[in-house]
Amino acid sequence: MPAFPEAARKALADTQLRRNLAHATGTIRAKREAVVGEVAEWEELRLAGAAIKDNTLRRLDEHLLTLEASLQARGATVHWARDAAEACEIVARIAHGHGIDEVVKVKSMATQEIGLNEALAAHGVTAWETDLAELIVQLGDDLPSHILVPAIHRNRAEIREVFRRGMADAGRPAPPGLSDEPAELAAAARLHLREKFLRARMAVSGANFAVAESGTLVVVESEGNGRMCLTLPEVLVSVVGIEKVVPTFADLDVFLQLLPRSSTGERMNPYTSTWSGVTPGDGPQEMHVVLLDNGRTRALADEVGRQALRCIRCSACLNVCPVYERTGGHAYGSVYPGPIGAILNPLLKGVGVDEQTDSLPYASTLCGACFEACPVRIDIPEVLVHLRAKVVDAHREGVPKPEAVAMKSAAWLLSDARRLGLAERGLGVANRALTRFGRRVLPGGRRALGRLPWPGSLWTNARDLPAPPRESFRAWWRKGGRP
Amino acid sequence: MKVAVMVTCINDSLFPDTGKSVFRLLRRLGVDADFPAAQTCCAQPMVNTGYLDEAVPVVRTFVDAFAGYDAIVTPSGSCAGSVRHQHSIVARRAGEERLASAAPRVYELSEFLVDVLGVTDVNAYFPHRATYHPTCHSLRMLGVGDKPLRLLREVRGLDLVELPAAAECCGFGGTFAVKNAETSTAMGADKARHVRGTGAEVLVAGDSSCLLHIGGLLSRERSGVRVMHLADVLASTEEEA
Ligand code: SF4
Repeated sequence: MPAFPEAARKALADTQLRRNLAHATGTIRAKREAVVGEVAEWEELRLAGAAIKDNTLRRLDEHLLTLEASLQARGATVHWARDAAEACEIVARIAHGHGIDEVVKVKSMATQEIGLNEALAAHGVTAWETDLAELIVQLGDDLPSHILVPAIHRNRAEIREVFRRGMADAGRPAPPGLSDEPAELAAAARLHLREKFLRARMAVSGANFAVAESGTLVVVESEGNGRMCLTLPEVLVSVVGIEKVVPTFADLDVFLQLLPRSSTGERMNPYTSTWSGVTPGDGPQEMHVVLLDNGRTRALADEVGRQALRCIRCSACLNVCPVYERTGGHAYGSVYPGPIGAILNPLLKGVGVDEQTDSLPYASTLCGACFEACPVRIDIPEVLVHLRAKVVDAHREGVPKPEAVAMKSAAWLLSDARRLGLAERGLGVANRALTRFGRRVLPGGRRALGRLPWPGSLWTNARDLPAPPRESFRAWWRKGGRP
Repeated sequence: MKVAVMVTCINDSLFPDTGKSVFRLLRRLGVDADFPAAQTCCAQPMVNTGYLDEAVPVVRTFVDAFAGYDAIVTPSGSCAGSVRHQHSIVARRAGEERLASAAPRVYELSEFLVDVLGVTDVNAYFPHRATYHPTCHSLRMLGVGDKPLRLLREVRGLDLVELPAAAECCGFGGTFAVKNAETSTAMGADKARHVRGTGAEVLVAGDSSCLLHIGGLLSRERSGVRVMHLADVLASTEEEA
């Protein structure tokens, strides 16, 4: 995966994609703003959400043990997975144990994060996504680009093509003469999926929350496909990140208000499913919960970055992010794109290891829109700056990059007013030299520089640059200049 | 009250007229402000790019330069935000508590005028059609709210038109503008389009860095729209016009 700036280039050049994204994020942004505006105590709710998560994370070990005990008491089997490979291995083993070669899936970030579908395929088990957007991604042999709407980068016409080409290979083909009307597309998906729900003997889900005290897992969704997966098959496996735990059922109250409004811009989501263990004769008769670390304890150890583990994956930060809106999700090279991806990926994977991960904390202007939108008040700009420092520190040994050289010399210049004054005098000289060539004049009469050679070209490829003034402010002041 | 102006490195070296405007404006309002000549930069370029060790001596220079002043006024929401929110990070890094000491005394220009001096009418005259871009750090990091607009609304002759999607980032973002140059200009192009759509002759903002970026795009597009710092507009008077 290339570093963010290169990966973004492709999306930036794709005008259709840019239009799809601007339209989709614009629509959901307006919806979110409207329903959030209805709640007078929104700020108190945010503070409460952040506090519950922080308190839980502080004693995560205890809460996880409580969760394990209460799940076991209700007849579920609990597994612990240190990383993606272990988690996938566990799920595959369960499938094999029952002679199962096909599973249905509830949309789940955790299973995407660990690459479960690919891992199961390698074990001869096919995993079918049942979330509509996730289905579009899977049938189109594509990658998700948004947390909530994985196919946000596709428009109706593209979806129709994906269905017509992909459905037949995966089960029930698309009806003949399928149009790109949303209702027709949804009906086609419904028929296609129903066949799979009724056939599959095993389902895989994630969970939005896991209540420690009662051993209850919670899935919040819009379509009801999740509920089908959670109730129809014989065997249910839920892969749950260890940060999803909340202590009590009462804590859910706060999040069930924060999540739908932030996420889909709805007052309440259509389906909230909760399940606890096994009930004889009703629903899955075997339940497994895989508690997943995969870098979460590493993130927890980072005193500034650990707040990212509060994230409830609502995707509000993506929808308000001006960078995401232009580049789309694929540029982030992860199932977690946008502002949260820019901090979560480096926190989970560690910095200084690969160039792509190290480029993510820089994929932001620090405009702060994400922090403002985040329902659990994750100060994403603060974490971004913190991670940038970690990236820089990880590369302090060895040959310094041009950027490090530039920063060091800038710092040297800026630690002493006399040095800065001398450099500015240099700019004054440059003014005389450059303005002779600078043919452009800015509105207001000041001369401008056109295209400069590298590295100046990074600025002047698209933007003019005012020519330096003849005299800096400090020089003018020193001469006794007073307004 | 001893008041110092932190002109900022970008105004000092690239937009000296904006520095002069701040002094002219303050003098008109009866504030005899000083320019501590030892000042350089708030260190934001280093901090935001992740170079914390490098930021330490720059912040030290800053704190020394402004020691002994009761208020530090700056025509930059971004630099004020940096002093207020980032100097503590540098102080922690250096183990030098003193490095965070300027934070409570720093004011962005509109904050100083409205909150400290208690004025919104600064006796300015600027007979042009203008639109205002609230820069991200003024808006969200400092929370200056509508203070700049309250000041602008009192300017005589000024025809202030609303900027669509005003709260959206222009895409400058310091080193982001060169590290992610294509994304930066894509964002800036949309901002420039909104500005052109207002039919304004002048785009006003409280941060020269954002204006450098948006103005650079507006100029490349030959839009004819001029960019000006809030201080320059507020300093304008009938005599000069
Ligand atoms: S970081 Fe905040 S806004 Fe972004 S997905 Fe997570 S909870 Fe939502």
